[in-house]
Amino acid sequence: MEKKLFKSTKSRYILNILAIALVFAVIALLIEGKVLNRYQANLLIPVCYNIILVVSLNLAAGFLGQLPLGHAGFMAVGAYTAAIFTKAVDLPGPLEFVIAIVLAALMAGLFGVLIGLPALRLRGDYLAIITLGFGEIIRVIIVNLSITGGAFGLSGIQGHTNYIWAFVVMVISVYIVVTLIRSRHGRAILSIRENEIAAESCGIHTTYYKTLGFAVAAALAGVAGALYAHYLKILDPSTFGFMKSCELLVMVVLGGMGSVIGSVISATGLTLLPELLRGFDDYRMIVYSLLLIIVMIFKPSGLMGTYDFSLGGTMDSFFAKIRSLFKRKEAKNK
Amino acid sequence: MKTHTKMVPVPSQGIIPERDLDKSPVLEIVRLGIDFGGLTAVEDFSLIIGRTEIAGLIGPNGAGKTTVFNLLTNVYEPTRGTILLNGRNTRGLKTYQLNKMGIARTFQNIRLFKDLTVLDNVKIALHNEMDYSAVEAVLRLPSYWRAERISTERAMELLSVLGMQDMAGSIAGSLPYGAQRRLEIVRALATNPSILLLDEPAAGMNPSETAELMENIRKIRDVFNIAILLIEHDMNLVMGVCEGIAVLNYGRIIAKGTPEEIQNNPTVIEAYLGHSGGEQA
Amino acid sequence: MLFLSQLINGIQIGSIYALVALGYSMVYGIVKLINFAHGDIIMMGSYAVWFFIARLNLHPAVSIVLSILFCAFLGVAIEKVAYKPLRNSPRISLLITAIGVSFLLQYGMQLIFTPNPRMFSNLFPGQLPIGNFSISNATLVTIGVSICMMVLLTILVNRTKMGKAMRAVSEDNEAAQLMGINVNNTISFTFAIGSALAAVAAVLYCCSYQQIEPTMGSMLGLKAFVAAVLGGIGSIPGAVLGGLLIGIAESFTKGYLSSALADAVVFGILILVLLIKPAGILGRNSHEKV
Repeated sequence: MEKKLFKSTKSRYILNILAIALVFAVIALLIEGKVLNRYQANLLIPVCYNIILVVSLNLAAGFLGQLPLGHAGFMAVGAYTAAIFTKAVDLPGPLEFVIAIVLAALMAGLFGVLIGLPALRLRGDYLAIITLGFGEIIRVIIVNLSITGGAFGLSGIQGHTNYIWAFVVMVISVYIVVTLIRSRHGRAILSIRENEIAAESCGIHTTYYKTLGFAVAAALAGVAGALYAHYLKILDPSTFGFMKSCELLVMVVLGGMGSVIGSVISATGLTLLPELLRGFDDYRMIVYSLLLIIVMIFKPSGLMGTYDFSLGGTMDSFFAKIRSLFKRKEAKNK
Repeated sequence: MKTHTKMVPVPSQGIIPERDLDKSPVLEIVRLGIDFGGLTAVEDFSLIIGRTEIAGLIGPNGAGKTTVFNLLTNVYEPTRGTILLNGRNTRGLKTYQLNKMGIARTFQNIRLFKDLTVLDNVKIALHNEMDYSAVEAVLRLPSYWRAERISTERAMELLSVLGMQDMAGSIAGSLPYGAQRRLEIVRALATNPSILLLDEPAAGMNPSETAELMENIRKIRDVFNIAILLIEHDMNLVMGVCEGIAVLNYGRIIAKGTPEEIQNNPTVIEAYLGHSGGEQA
Repeated sequence: MLFLSQLINGIQIGSIYALVALGYSMVYGIVKLINFAHGDIIMMGSYAVWFFIARLNLHPAVSIVLSILFCAFLGVAIEKVAYKPLRNSPRISLLITAIGVSFLLQYGMQLIFTPNPRMFSNLFPGQLPIGNFSISNATLVTIGVSICMMVLLTILVNRTKMGKAMRAVSEDNEAAQLMGINVNNTISFTFAIGSALAAVAAVLYCCSYQQIEPTMGSMLGLKAFVAAVLGGIGSIPGAVLGGLLIGIAESFTKGYLSSALADAVVFGILILVLLIKPAGILGRNSHEKV
């Protein structure tokens, strides 16, 4: 009889919470203990908002099976919503920021519904193109409005985002995606990716779940935008173009369409890599594009495929190995 | 083993088993028709199916059988005619709404959720049996855990009806062909239908698998107490298991009746032999 | 007067869009792929012409021919290396690969020739006065060459053996193969023709706008794609009609509203078309078989 320590769901949840707390404690120690310098410590924030962006895009691309090319547009909606809000009101810092993040999520989610409803009637490459079109339109509108600061951008945003905010918001966002996927709603979303006609014949309201998946992805991109705006303190509409959407797509594809852990790893890796390798910037996009082509040809499922990591399961198999090692030793001794 | 059912005529469109007479029919199709850009694919299709009847729809290739299934599930919107499912008109409803109203189907070319587990395939079909909201799911409230536990148990129960409980953890796409066909049936049953449409369930099966399928079809009818309408080219299966049969040719019904009547109907024989002898694969 | 000059501007840029849209349309028809790299082929063609003329001091006519050949070769090479291995993969993989190729071309050129724009001297200077109005020679050449190309392409597709093969492959790849058509050659040929048209468009574009940069292809390509969708993808007259409509719409937006809104109007048209008639003005509707 194999003994499984983490078989019960509850124990797995406790284990995961402990693991996340441990990671956070290590990061906090490294930063507060000045082991990491200010520059290095600050890198954690882009890592966190990119994780949110990539995981949320993966919800739409990997789990829902659509290919949106306008994700940066939703990020822009969130960033501008949050920034305009915090510039306009004068509340205590944390309260103001929480409201700003929620508003960013709602507004981006609303755009997600507005764009998703018509766009999701189309399939595959047509959907890709129409979302690309919407993304560009959002950018053009931002450039032409006065409240957004037009082409000059929006400056003087408060620097609310620190590593604690970034980490906590990132964990909550990833948690939402993971729990959503492992529910009846998530299974409905997966069934659309797998076979839309069969899903419909199984009683799944496909239009609703497509829109839901798309809207949640958009809302989380908005959250990432809010973090981004209050980290950079200045917004430039040209950064939210097609290029940014594609960059996010590269990260999703590289990590594996349909793998949350893959998205986390690739977002972290591809955010840190160019920062750590000086002079790499010129080659960054070339390496990205080559990676994209090579991965598609040789491992179209991405590095992680649809594999998702389960800490409990890994620990169990790890303990099982240790036990069998001990048993072998005992057998030898006898 | 043959079921000897007395078939009795009902006023409008055909015959149903005697035992279903006192119950309202599960499906009434009246003068259904569809045109594809000027081409009439199905015309004047009327059929009535009793509450626990096993009915067959046969006909040469290209006769429009699968089109009828697509019309019944509103994958295609009918151009003419009425479909009453459990007495309710289905016009204008979406496929998923029809499924909720009690019609489930399998596909000629298997359409499973290939990359998901067998259990998840069935649990997707149990979607509408669960009632927790997305917020409850994300917060992992008790309602989530309860519904998930019940639906897992229900899924395992359904799988065990066709002897698939040991495959629950396998990836659907990796199953052998026959098991994939069975899984598609279990998945359809999980949506709690009052009529099950099977599109060539025996395609690609050997005689012993086909015999097992016949047993399973009867078993499903008896266990779930539902009606079954199947499209099939295997005449042994159709004649062995169906109580009422409709024959379709060029989009029109050319004959309706019991297996014996159909086997001796000259129009049917001509339709089949007139086309090709090798039809019955 | 403003109206007439905007109309002519619109027809001019529209002709270029039409040429590029033809390439999109043909490639989409045959491999069901939105070739995101197609816009960048225009960029490569522009750089090729510029390089041959400004750096190697070749005669313009020779340069144009060489760059057309270069683009045709490049198109075929991209198909063989990046797309062919994925012919049986999900279309989403193919699309992502196309985006990868597009980026590779753009950033590769940025690395070689720097991101700075280069000046390109007009090969057809001068103007043709018509009454109190004048049209530049570049405009006339653009419109004339585009018309010739479309006529030639129509003849190629409808009247030649290769054209018949192309139509067969786009209708049903496997059936065409069974009929003895060499599908690989046909697809290569399609990419070659599409890319050659892109090179012609590149020369015309350069003469009109006299400036080239590594990212010039992406917006041009997207708009041409919008044109192809608007007209009905897979249809030659559709691509031409779509190209002209997009060109004129853009030109009028720039003239009467604001040039900042031109892109939004083009994409707005795309969205409307996709929602109202996804098959495009002259396209055919297709059903998925259940």
